[in-house]
Amino acid sequence: MDQIFTTVVIVGILSSAIRLATPYLYASIGETIGQLSGVVNLGVDGIMLMGAYAAFFVVLNTGNLWLGVLAAMVVGLLMGLLMSVISVTLKAEQGISGIGLYIFGLGLSTLLFKVTIGTVKTVDGFQTFRIPILGNIPILGEVFFNNNVMVYIAFLLVPAAWWVLEKTTWGLRIKAAGQNPAAADSLGVNVDRVRYMSVCLGGMLAGLAGASLSLALVKLFQENLTAGMGFIAVALVYFGGWKPVGVLGGALLFSTVNAFQLWMQVLGVNINSNVAVMLPYLLTIAALAFTVNRARQPAGLNVPYERGES
Amino acid sequence: MPSETAVVPARSRRRFVFDWKEILFRAAVPLLAMFAAFIVGAVLLLLLNVNPFTAYAALIEGAFGSMYSITQSLVKATPLLLVALGICIAFRASVINVGGEGQIILGALMATWFSLQFRAWPGWLLIPATIIMGFMAGAAWGFVPGILKARLGVNEILTTIMMNFIALQLMNLLLRGPLMDPGGVTAGTFLAQSERLPEQVWLARMIPQTPLHTGFILAVVLAFVVYIFLWRTTIGYRIRAVGLNPHAARYAGIKVPFNQALSLTLAGGFAGLAGVVEVLGVHHRLLEGITSGYGFTGIVAALFGGLHPLGAIPASYLFGSLLVGADKMQRAVQVPSALVDTIMGLVVMFVVGSAWLSRRWAARRLAATAKRQEVK
Amino acid sequence: MKNRLVIVIVVIALLTAACGGPAATPVAKDKIRIAVVMPSAITDMAFSQSMWSALKAVQTEMGGESALELKYSENMFKVPDAAAAIRDYASQGFDIVIAHGSQYGTSVQEIATDFPKTTFAWGTDVNTFGLPNVHAYTAAAEEGGYVNGVLAALLTKSKKIGVTGPVEVGDAKTYIDGFVQGVTSVDPNINVSKTWTGSFSDVALMTEAAKTHIASGADALTGSSQSVVGSIGAAKDNGNVLWFGTQQDQASLAPNLVVASQQYDWTAMIKEMIKNHQAGKLGGDKYVLQLKNAGLKILYNSGYKLPDNVKKAGDAAIEGIKSGSIKVNP
Repeated sequence: MDQIFTTVVIVGILSSAIRLATPYLYASIGETIGQLSGVVNLGVDGIMLMGAYAAFFVVLNTGNLWLGVLAAMVVGLLMGLLMSVISVTLKAEQGISGIGLYIFGLGLSTLLFKVTIGTVKTVDGFQTFRIPILGNIPILGEVFFNNNVMVYIAFLLVPAAWWVLEKTTWGLRIKAAGQNPAAADSLGVNVDRVRYMSVCLGGMLAGLAGASLSLALVKLFQENLTAGMGFIAVALVYFGGWKPVGVLGGALLFSTVNAFQLWMQVLGVNINSNVAVMLPYLLTIAALAFTVNRARQPAGLNVPYERGES
Repeated sequence: MPSETAVVPARSRRRFVFDWKEILFRAAVPLLAMFAAFIVGAVLLLLLNVNPFTAYAALIEGAFGSMYSITQSLVKATPLLLVALGICIAFRASVINVGGEGQIILGALMATWFSLQFRAWPGWLLIPATIIMGFMAGAAWGFVPGILKARLGVNEILTTIMMNFIALQLMNLLLRGPLMDPGGVTAGTFLAQSERLPEQVWLARMIPQTPLHTGFILAVVLAFVVYIFLWRTTIGYRIRAVGLNPHAARYAGIKVPFNQALSLTLAGGFAGLAGVVEVLGVHHRLLEGITSGYGFTGIVAALFGGLHPLGAIPASYLFGSLLVGADKMQRAVQVPSALVDTIMGLVVMFVVGSAWLSRRWAARRLAATAKRQEVK
Repeated sequence: MKNRLVIVIVVIALLTAACGGPAATPVAKDKIRIAVVMPSAITDMAFSQSMWSALKAVQTEMGGESALELKYSENMFKVPDAAAAIRDYASQGFDIVIAHGSQYGTSVQEIATDFPKTTFAWGTDVNTFGLPNVHAYTAAAEEGGYVNGVLAALLTKSKKIGVTGPVEVGDAKTYIDGFVQGVTSVDPNINVSKTWTGSFSDVALMTEAAKTHIASGADALTGSSQSVVGSIGAAKDNGNVLWFGTQQDQASLAPNLVVASQQYDWTAMIKEMIKNHQAGKLGGDKYVLQLKNAGLKILYNSGYKLPDNVKKAGDAAIEGIKSGSIKVNP
């Protein structure tokens, strides 16, 4: 067990955790914004898959990584738009329409993959680079400042989202639309429009999450690449109490435990591999059960807003 | 002045009468939505160089073309119906149960372990005992998120999703270890499946040469039980009250968190039953992939049935037929199975998105009835 | 009746599709029709793809679509759906229906009795249920695992080898067990560490598992299942980690790092089944893919410069297993 505490291993675990957390960060922050405005989107996994496919396809054919990222954002936005139409305008049951979106995204990304690419291929993708000065700090430098750009952007999203939500009128409107849509409406906030934009933004970020997978983390596309990641990302929103910093904490906790259990297996620690794989999920539940933070969800979450109804 | 009862639709004043016109309307809307989704699907088929007519003909033939396909749809409908019943209960308390997959696994695990453990028991004792134990296992898996929500305020979407993954690993752990088929170990194949269950615990085949098993009857009977439970018992009333207006319910002295936890526990139990019937009636053993995605598709079936336990019966059958027919279509025109999933996703979104139509119609009819009474 | 009309349309559509190929010189026998039902995608770079490639190869060898008609159902991980597919193909008169998934056993056992004129092939398992029209097949994956283990043990400089596995069952388990035996036979002091991701499809976790092995010092990796593309990607990323593959030739994914792959070659088995079926023998055989019968092949990647002494050792291991002097336990 004392093998665990060598520098190599600690650096290894933390580096893995940072990498693993990246797609969750994009998707969870996007979903947080959407949920703060009042819309639950369970279809995040489907959007991630479509984003991953779009980014990969573009890069495979043009070699341009940023064009791929743009493609993922556009695709994510379109799927977010679809979700908005169904959930906000048509006022459908959000949980179920989200699942429909997931099935649709999974099916379409697989179909397009089979028809346009066919077999598993790899791309060179985003390369890691070390940030000067900061990258030379012992341990921390290796862990935080020696990654690829998609990782850096994901972590920068956290303060950016915090700032937008807490320090701008826009953020105020989003939270108002979710917390008390009737009051917001009476104050001149176009609740539907705010929800549309939040869900579309959420979709865009979910698309980016997919791109971070196919272009940076695994550098390939395969059907069902995400294997349910999107659902974990949604769960992490609840864990984080609808705050970007909480989401960061959740994503890091989950990913660190995951990295930890992999390392334990590699080092031959005598633990059943199935139990090891369960650990991140168990600990996430435990962490939430035993913390005092009992954040309340946005009052208007999952309730379609109809003007004139109370 | 119109009498006070005039604006309330007549049906709610009577006990077991159904408003057939209303039901027809509510059924027509999702069917129209499905039709629209299939049109989009036809476009996709054309893009793949497949004749949509051939494809959809195969779908219909696959779903209804033979006694075997019809019974196959019923067999598929059984776990769908069971999960849907749980969803209906949970939904009435405003709780969405996304933990179906994990709960099915627990039910299946318990059914396997229990019937192998007590294989000496006779069938008439072993089958009901296994069913009850399987229900309890699934219920336990729904209880954990329920109690965490009720006592500690932990959100159930988080816990149920996490517990799905935990259940999967638990099954892997048991299947590759203590529950692995000893035959597989000696033969060196190490397949991820359990021993074949003792024959007396297998659910009987109702029609020879078809896969239809008695689990279907159980599911239908339970649908009526759930209906009676929700609408004719005090507990059921409380659950529905919590879902309709939690504030008013609390005011009336109903314990909201307790009832939500209860509904989640019951939902878990029914999903667990789905696992039990799959193991006892279809596979006769536990193997990986036992859930077949029913934890999610059951939610869709519940939706198609208007989130009403009796509506879930025809809805599960129709949805089951759709799935069976879609597989046949895939075989006949050799399109990637992903195309079928894409169309399914569209169907769900279109149907759920069309709900406003039935609400609009219902509102209009309500207004028309009120007007009629006024004129009188 | 509407049903019959529909069936006629479908049959005509099928026949039209079947006769669509270019008119090749007809073989003296009737056209053979084979259908295969698989649990994963035909593009999974692993289990299912190996069977589909073999079927296509046999089809080309026999003269194309007009000599051998092929139909497939993929992603049939839901057993009841697979059962329906198997039954459907049988009732459509396919000569041989291949149930390419160990979870399909119960279904095959039930369906085969209803279609006594159809040959059913089921894998990977050794059980033919005592039925005259069922073949069973399996692959002695541990044999190729052993050879790969020998090669890896000779090539590793850091004396650390990593194994990224999915779930410890089936031929993932037997392959890896063979691999470890191969490594130990060369040098018992080499550290082989195994990780199991608990999933056959989680590519992201598999990638991270591979990276973890690499970070802890491994310079050679192996693994199994369709998610293994993630491990290969991680090896490629690092640039100096060697890969040993199984089930399918994986050289295309990392052309200068894949040393060798164990290829499941079902073609000989398929041809024998066809021959037997035409001669009236519909089942009862248990096929095992082995190095001995060329069902398993070790494909050295030409893109990787393998030192001569290593190749000699690898070939010696192959010969040893073939002759029986080396025994590998599953």
